[in-house]
Amino acid sequence: MRSGSRRGRAREDDVEGAALPRWVFLPAALGALLVAVPLLAVVVRVPWSQFPALVTSDSSVAALLLSLRTATASTLCCVVVGVPLALVLARSSLPGLRVLRVLVLLPLVLPPVVGGLALLYAVGRQGLLGPALEAAGVRIAFTTTAVVLAQTFVSLPFLVVALEGALRTAGRRYEAVAASLGARPSRVLLRVTLPLVVPGLGSGAVLAFARSLGEFGATLTFAGSLQGRTRTLPLEIYLVRETDPQAAVALSLLLVVVSAVVVVAVHGRRGAGAR
Amino acid sequence: MSRGLRPAALVAAALLLAGCGGSAGSGASASTSATSSAPPVTLTVFAAASLKSTFTTLGKQFEASHPGTTVEFSFAGSSDLVSQLVAGAPADVFASADEANMGKVAAQQLLDGRPVDFATNVLEIATPPGNPAHVASFADLARPGLAVVVCAPQVPCGAAAAKVEATTGVTLKPVSEESSVTDVLGKVTTGEADAGLVYATDVRTAGAAVTGVPFPESAGAVNTYPIAALSGSTHRAAAEAFRDFVTAADGRATLAAAGFGAPGA
Repeated sequence: MRSGSRRGRAREDDVEGAALPRWVFLPAALGALLVAVPLLAVVVRVPWSQFPALVTSDSSVAALLLSLRTATASTLCCVVVGVPLALVLARSSLPGLRVLRVLVLLPLVLPPVVGGLALLYAVGRQGLLGPALEAAGVRIAFTTTAVVLAQTFVSLPFLVVALEGALRTAGRRYEAVAASLGARPSRVLLRVTLPLVVPGLGSGAVLAFARSLGEFGATLTFAGSLQGRTRTLPLEIYLVRETDPQAAVALSLLLVVVSAVVVVAVHGRRGAGAR
Repeated sequence: MSRGLRPAALVAAALLLAGCGGSAGSGASASTSATSSAPPVTLTVFAAASLKSTFTTLGKQFEASHPGTTVEFSFAGSSDLVSQLVAGAPADVFASADEANMGKVAAQQLLDGRPVDFATNVLEIATPPGNPAHVASFADLARPGLAVVVCAPQVPCGAAAAKVEATTGVTLKPVSEESSVTDVLGKVTTGEADAGLVYATDVRTAGAAVTGVPFPESAGAVNTYPIAALSGSTHRAAAEAFRDFVTAADGRATLAAAGFGAPGA
C-alpha cells in the first residue's frame, strides 16, 4: 500500500523520521491500545490447559481447513475480477466511473447479513437468477461455492481499493513511454503496468484474504452452516460459544494467529525484498 | 505525504463507517412522567428472542395495570443474555427459552427467588408456503433429495430435534445446521430449504410466509421456559410483580394465543 518504487519509499522514510511531531504518538498509542487491549483480553481468557484439545477437535480442524480453502479460493476470485475492475477504475475514461466506484465500495458499508440476503435474492432458488440456475441444474445455496461467493462479495472492495490506489500512485509515464516505443496495450499492461503495482496487489490480496477468513454474516445468511461444507471457523466459533464460551475464545485465538501469520508472511517478505 | 497512502486511508475510513454505527445499548433512560405518587420505575426485562411478540404485549398490559412503571425489553438468544447477565448487565427480570440457561444464571447466584416455569414450546416442521415438497410427517424429512435445515445440536432447538430423532429412529441428513431458530426460519421463508424444524410459535409468528406441519413425535421433546426476578435489581418488588404477572392467568392467555403450551405440573 506504500509508494510503488523503491526509490520513492526510501525518500519517504527519511522525511518521516525528521518531521513527525511528538504529539502524534499519543493518539497513535491510543489507537494501538484500542486494538491491543481486547486482543490481550482474549489471550488472557484462553483455557491454555485445554487449548490443544480444543483446536484439534474434529469440528475445529474441519472448520479451519474449510476456512483456509474458501479464503484462498475467494482471494483468487477477487484477483481475477478485482484487478480488471481496478484497472478500469484507475485507467479508463468510461462514463459513470464514479457510480461504478461507489458500487464496488458498497459491500464495505453494507452489513454482511444484508450482503448475504442480497446474494440469496440474486442466485437463490427464488432469486433473480434462480430459475435460470435451476434449469441449468446448479444449486448454490448450502454449498462451499456459496461460501466462496459470499466471501468474494465482501472482500472484493479491499483488493480493488488497494490496487486502484497503487495504480494511481504509479502513474502513467512508463506506460506512455512503452506505448510510444510501439508496445501494444496488452503488452504494456502485462510488462509495465502490472509489475509496477505488484506490492499494491499483494497488500490488496492480503486484505481480501483476511477479510474472507473473518467473514461471518453473509456466509451465515447465504450458505448455511454444515461441518466440512459451509461451517467456516467464524461460524464454528459462533456455534461453540452457545455451549462453551472458552472453546470459542480458543478458536478465536487460532483465527487471529492464522491471520497474523498470513499478514506477516506477505508483508514481511515484501519489506525484506525492498531493502 | 506520499499519495501511496491513499488506499490505506480509504480502507480505514470505510472500516470506520462500517464499524462505528454500533448499537446503542438500551439503557434505562426512558423519561416517564410520574402519574402516581410513587416514583417512576423503569423495569429492564431480558427475554429470549422467541418471546418478543408476546412479551411486548405483556409489557404494555403490565404498564397499563401498574401506572408509573415502564417496561423495557432486551430480546436475544438465551445464551447471549446469560453472557450479558454474568458480565454484570443491569436487568431486573430474566425469561429464558430453556432451563439450562436459567441454570447458568442461578449458578452465579444472580436470582431473586426460584425460577418459575411459565410456558412450553414444541417443534414443528415449517415449509415454504403451500408445502411444495409435500412434507407430511417427521419421517418425510429423511426423504432423499429433500433440503432440510435444522438447528445445530448445541442450541436448544437443535437439542430438541436430536431428541426427536433419537426417539423416532429417523436420522436426518440436513443441508445445514443453523445457530439459531430464526436462521432456520430464514432459510425456509426464502425458499432455499424445502423444510425446517422450528418451534410451533415461530410458525405462528411467520404467518403466511411459511406453512406449518405439526407432528405428534414433537411431544417427546418439550422445551420449558422459566422466568425469574434477578437479585441485582434495584426495583425488586416491581420485578417480582412482573414475574407473577407473566405466570398468572392473563399472561398464560396471551402466551397460549401465540402458540405456547402451559407448563406441566
